[in-house]
Amino acid sequence: MSAPRVPSLLWKEIASGAAAAAADDVDRNARFPIEAITEAKRAKLLGAYVPEELGGLGCSIEDLGAMCNAIGQGCSAAGMVLAMHHIQVACLVHHGLGSPRLRSYLQELAERQLLIASVTSEVGTGGDLRSSVCSLVRDAHGFTLRKDATTISYGEHADDLLVTCRRTPESPANDQVLVLVRGADVTLEKTSRWDTLGMRGTCSPGFVMTSRGAGDQVVPVTFANIASQTMVPFSHLLWSSLWLGIATDAVTRARTFVREQARRTPGTTPPTAHRLAEVWSLLQTMRAGVHDVMLEYQQLLEEDGGLQKTTTLAFALRMNNLKVAASQHVVDIVQRALLICGIAGYKNDSRFSLGRHLRDATSAPLMVGNDRILATNASLLLVLKGE
Amino acid sequence: MTRHIRDILEAHARLGAAAERLSESDDLYQAGMTSHASVNVMLALERAFDVEFPDRMLTRSVFENIAAIRGAIEELRAGV
Repeated sequence: MSAPRVPSLLWKEIASGAAAAAADDVDRNARFPIEAITEAKRAKLLGAYVPEELGGLGCSIEDLGAMCNAIGQGCSAAGMVLAMHHIQVACLVHHGLGSPRLRSYLQELAERQLLIASVTSEVGTGGDLRSSVCSLVRDAHGFTLRKDATTISYGEHADDLLVTCRRTPESPANDQVLVLVRGADVTLEKTSRWDTLGMRGTCSPGFVMTSRGAGDQVVPVTFANIASQTMVPFSHLLWSSLWLGIATDAVTRARTFVREQARRTPGTTPPTAHRLAEVWSLLQTMRAGVHDVMLEYQQLLEEDGGLQKTTTLAFALRMNNLKVAASQHVVDIVQRALLICGIAGYKNDSRFSLGRHLRDATSAPLMVGNDRILATNASLLLVLKGE
Repeated sequence: MTRHIRDILEAHARLGAAAERLSESDDLYQAGMTSHASVNVMLALERAFDVEFPDRMLTRSVFENIAAIRGAIEELRAGV
């Protein structure tokens, strides 16, 4: 692995400082992790993936993964907000630099540390990223767009939005484009609440979004390619990195617990040490899985024409497998950590509390449902030969 | 061969009436072919033409229009 170009100390400080300090309150009150995001802005992390010549930090996806992992150890909601933001930025960096408007937007984003939210889910699509009901309506001034979104994570806290929609009112559901919508041109009307089991601080209720903009705010590449080359790989890699952070913090708590037990009875290995050894091995498996696919994608990104190679079904299958495996691992690992910490982990007011980790982890198999992903893989395996 | 490819697209690409009006270079995905439907198209093509698409050919661009599909099948047949 290449050394991060940005000192990882930067996000580790935010993780153990602002993020961790507010995590319980963010969770309890289902409120936005403003402290961690403010610190991230101060450290210029919102422009982490923006190239240096546009004023960003020029980080790699490995760096972003390390950041989401670290922040996720302090506060899963803050880690998820950053992950989602970086996914949007990556879509613009990979597919929008040919457009002067989007190029200068990225410059502005790095300069002013703008936060972008994603508007992909929609009433009537059954959760399918690759189909839209709403469509861009072109007029003399540019376009108008109205979307009935089932969820917009941190929608009320974002500066700008990236929205999927059909290319024209006549286009079929899967002929989509991705559009940058500026905060000043948007109205959001809340249609539901976000009172959930976990990931409460992502603040992701439904909204009807009404917006307008200029024609060149449309990313000049078909969304099918943006999705397979960037949005899906980035999502699965950064989410998995964040889940790895949740799992790591849970195991760290279990480790501390076992160590303290051991100190009370030197000479006798506590029974929980065996369970710790088991969960430690699972954590290593999970970490290896994330790193393996991360490395493959990172190498493709560094190759000329490498982005094209990400459109193979074989690559999609591996990415999907990572998501399914990591999302199951995180739940399993947190549950095992809870068995180690026992009642101390079950209590909400102890140093070993794992309730929040467990509740946050259970979102992982649901965000892009694993059943949907496995159905896709089942279909891909009908034609893949595995050579 | 093109007629045969068109028949398969009509049967499996789920493009509705649009399938008949497609030109050789019209983008099938933009015409509404989903990834799921494209897998069925691949399976039907493999059976109809007695070929196996290797994994390197299982990309979006190989199946994005009639001309590209024909090119891929011809390449595989020439290789036999």
